[in-house]
Amino acid sequence: MTNNWIDIKNANVILVMGGNTAEAHPVGFKWVIEAKARNKATLIVVDPRFNRTAAVADVYVPLRAGTDIAFLGGVINYLLTKDAIQHEYVKAFTNASFIVKDGFGFSEGLFSGYDSDKREYDHSTWDYELGPDGYVQVDETLQHPRCVFQLMKQHYSRYTPEVVVNVTGSPKDKFLEVCKLIASTAALNRTMTSLYALGWTNHSVGTQNIRCMAIIQLLLGNVGMSGGGLNALRGHSNIQGLTDLGLLSNLMPGYLTLPAAAEPNLATYLAKRTPKPLRPGQLNYWSNYPKFFVSLMKVLYGPAATKENDYGYGWLPKLDRVDHEYDMLRVQDLMVQGKMNGYICQGFNPLQASPNKAKTLAGLGKLKFLVVIDPLATETSAFFENHGEYNPADSSKIMTEVFRLPSICFAEDEGSLTNSSRWLQWHYRGQDPPDEARTDIDIIAALFLRIRELYRKEGGVFPEPILNLHWPYLIPERPMPAELARELNGYAITDVKDPQDPTKVLVKAGQQLATFAQLRDDGSTACGCWIYSGCWTEKGNQMARRETHDPGDRGLVPGWAFSWPANRRILYNRASCDANGKPWDPNRPLIHWNGTKWVGLDVPDYVPTAAPSKDMGPFIMHPEGVGRLFSRAFVKDGPFPEHYEPFETPLGTNPIHPKVVTNPVARVYKDDHSELGNSSEFPYVGTTYRLTELFHYWSKHCLINAILQPQQFVEISEQLAAEKGIVNGGEIIVTSARGRIRAVAVVTKRIKPLTVNGKVIQHVGIPIHWGFTGLTRKGFPANVLTPCVGDANTQTPETKAFLVNVERA
Amino acid sequence: MPLQSLDIAARSATTLPSPGIRRTEEVAKLIDISKCIGCKACQAACMEWNDLRDEVGFNFGSYQNPADLTPASWTLMRFYEVEPAGHLEWLIRKDGCMHCAEPGCLEACPSPGAIVKYSNGIVDFVEENCIGCGYCITGCPFNIPRISKQDDKAYKCTLCSDRVAVGLEPACIKACPTQALVFGSKEAMREHAADRVAELQERGFKNAGIYDPAGVGGTHVIYVLQHADQPELYELPKDPKISPVVKLWKGITKPLAMLALGASVLVGFLHYVDVGPNEVKHEKKASDRRDRT
Repeated sequence: MTNNWIDIKNANVILVMGGNTAEAHPVGFKWVIEAKARNKATLIVVDPRFNRTAAVADVYVPLRAGTDIAFLGGVINYLLTKDAIQHEYVKAFTNASFIVKDGFGFSEGLFSGYDSDKREYDHSTWDYELGPDGYVQVDETLQHPRCVFQLMKQHYSRYTPEVVVNVTGSPKDKFLEVCKLIASTAALNRTMTSLYALGWTNHSVGTQNIRCMAIIQLLLGNVGMSGGGLNALRGHSNIQGLTDLGLLSNLMPGYLTLPAAAEPNLATYLAKRTPKPLRPGQLNYWSNYPKFFVSLMKVLYGPAATKENDYGYGWLPKLDRVDHEYDMLRVQDLMVQGKMNGYICQGFNPLQASPNKAKTLAGLGKLKFLVVIDPLATETSAFFENHGEYNPADSSKIMTEVFRLPSICFAEDEGSLTNSSRWLQWHYRGQDPPDEARTDIDIIAALFLRIRELYRKEGGVFPEPILNLHWPYLIPERPMPAELARELNGYAITDVKDPQDPTKVLVKAGQQLATFAQLRDDGSTACGCWIYSGCWTEKGNQMARRETHDPGDRGLVPGWAFSWPANRRILYNRASCDANGKPWDPNRPLIHWNGTKWVGLDVPDYVPTAAPSKDMGPFIMHPEGVGRLFSRAFVKDGPFPEHYEPFETPLGTNPIHPKVVTNPVARVYKDDHSELGNSSEFPYVGTTYRLTELFHYWSKHCLINAILQPQQFVEISEQLAAEKGIVNGGEIIVTSARGRIRAVAVVTKRIKPLTVNGKVIQHVGIPIHWGFTGLTRKGFPANVLTPCVGDANTQTPETKAFLVNVERA
Repeated sequence: MPLQSLDIAARSATTLPSPGIRRTEEVAKLIDISKCIGCKACQAACMEWNDLRDEVGFNFGSYQNPADLTPASWTLMRFYEVEPAGHLEWLIRKDGCMHCAEPGCLEACPSPGAIVKYSNGIVDFVEENCIGCGYCITGCPFNIPRISKQDDKAYKCTLCSDRVAVGLEPACIKACPTQALVFGSKEAMREHAADRVAELQERGFKNAGIYDPAGVGGTHVIYVLQHADQPELYELPKDPKISPVVKLWKGITKPLAMLALGASVLVGFLHYVDVGPNEVKHEKKASDRRDRT
């Protein structure tokens, strides 16, 4: 979230699209209810299904699954043609006035630079025109034909209401009603918040769905504002922590990236990641990348990391292919090909979660060993068991050795969880773990110590990364959560001095750092995750703070837990003020310039002493200092989001540009491609989702949850049911090109047929939760049906829009 | 809420007078359907607090689980897909005992002290006194009590009388994430409900209103309905009343029956005085024993 859960109460318009807040985040949803009560806020839900959020919405609009960009592109077009934008904000705080290189263009579904053999773009034209001074050329009048504003206007002029309705199937009056409500927040005293989740990410165009909303919020001046922002609602209590700490295959903690094989030493690695400012006067905060990285290396390798050995850079794993990382889909493919021997599966249930279950089942069966670290006996840990149609494994043919290492549930140890609000909240041990269960930390520590012992005794091809790993914990077998948290915050190895006055010591050797501003790139500081710096300072554990006072009643609660970065509660809050440092809306102040410095309710997202008269932009992480309407080459499938059909499209064409139907740069493996279905065989749009009563595949192991949602079901419209002779409560069979499931049919008015491009489109709603373990009735996971197609940028699988057929059982 | 003394204001099949020296505030649970997201946290909390675990059942074509109230499910979210204003609405109503001011169950119950009404308005079943006759079901205009096949006793929501007595809100209230469920004095709940109704009317629900039916003397569970003119959309009776059969049975019939009972006792006594005791020679039969096994 750019903002935070409580801040939702400050919004005037709440758009839930690409998510189902009430159902998936019922506790946080109270702030939506609060906004309705407090601000008379309007709640809009745009979704293929009339879901439990829609049950309390003021406006509900159906749309065809996988057409969010068409819808939002239409919103952008509406805002630009009606001139309903926050002009001053757009001019000062976005790249609207920036001039783009000659040669950039878009035609019939493709941006400039496409190579159809490689399915890749050459991004060289997707950037700004630089002047002789090395800075981007701008046109403050926004009239230059190649300025971002004009290019954007031209790009989205194609998304007329007629085109939107034709692609999405949304009723025109409802679409325009939503446009009008969204446009109302261009006013200085109104804001909109966007709440989304996997409904936007689980598409082959997932990243671009979110980019679309970023453009809208920038045009409306809603980023950085109280009650505004782009708010990703994370699905697990600590999934924000997962990304923060770099648990994705290409990341390291604090959004630093793993090196590539083509970067042989620290200098080449850092040069690529340390940007130069693109406009005069910019803070360009990523220019501090070397400080964050070297401090991380000092945590990893301690005294072994020295300037002479590039702080141990050579010991880090290097990605052999930066474009195709070791994401879930790739790992699954490698398993099936027999190219992977072992798999350590910690807190993850891929047999249920990865698309195309049959492929995962085949892949796991080809491993030599599988280690499952989990509190529960998951389906993955029992993949070799035959459960009839629910898990048709042939146990006699599987040779994989499976190790189950029982771990604990969160309440059985202390530690911190990072929620969607970016809050690190410390919690304590509620009860002791059962039987032989150990904490994940203890399990990993035990593995590490034994592996290190083996390397010590037997040597090996490349022992240094293991032997040099810094392991300073009091009890090596049991690193304490507090010790790890202190490391994540960072500490001074030698005295840290003030760069302005070297006689002044800011932090003494051995002390905890107060903030990431104290990090150094000379090996004098260690920090495990720079954005978490400030969480455990010399003042103690800031994550354990529980003060509820809320100055200004804006929901910032600065004394509650610790919010990264720097205990800032709303990101980009400098943008809540105009060019002179005065809040756009005096009724929702966050910070302001008092003549000498920035002060206010929140921690300024800016240099506290930088006067507004300087040219420094509010988006300090960007070398251009402003928000990006045009995303340059950072998003692989285009600087402006464009509508592409799901890989399994019910239309067989793209009504906007028939020559390019689907995302031209999304990766699909050959075998997976042959397992895609077409609309003649599978005419209906399948979409998967979660229910309040069950949490993924875990809480079906709890009796009360099992009672509340005991048996698998699939939802279809009354019209489709009548056509197929399916009765409510009867059995339904759903098939896709990958598999077949059987469930109870819920025939509902909440799913309605939509007319799209002259064709009637039916949705089939498939909740994901059931499997062959747990206390509910046995069922089929939804991923029996889903395709192995990933988002072009993140490889998040397209599980929200694919093709199925249904029949009466 | 402060601590509450659970003085009994009425007791089934009893003519003893109730204690009357203490004043207790009447309580109420407000269920605001316009804020309800159907998350079933109330159902889960009810099971947790009351140590109830229903069967893992079946899906019968709805989000509603279990399918109906049972002796182990004292509250239940009911889901209704309706189109009263031409567009779809998904109304989600938490069902359970309404805690009527004039409880039909208590009225109908023949077992002394099996059903009580406390002075704060809560209607409670005292299971150890229950004889499992099912008259409470007949007496209830909302079809709430359920008889357990396990012990032949009637069960329903207690409004967490055990929690309320020590100054806590009912478990469902504590669990509700959106404040669709609120608990307090009946007066405060009526005021809060009136505010909610005004807001709903402002949002276009012209017939929004409070459901606190007078036919049963008002209830201690009240609803805010978006369509108060059509309670049947929510499967709520439009004008609930205690069944005339129960009224008749416990009304005029009861004293007559008592009179008849008294008369027969008198006749029996006179017969005893006049004729002496009846003596029957009893022989045990093998079939009796079989019946008992």
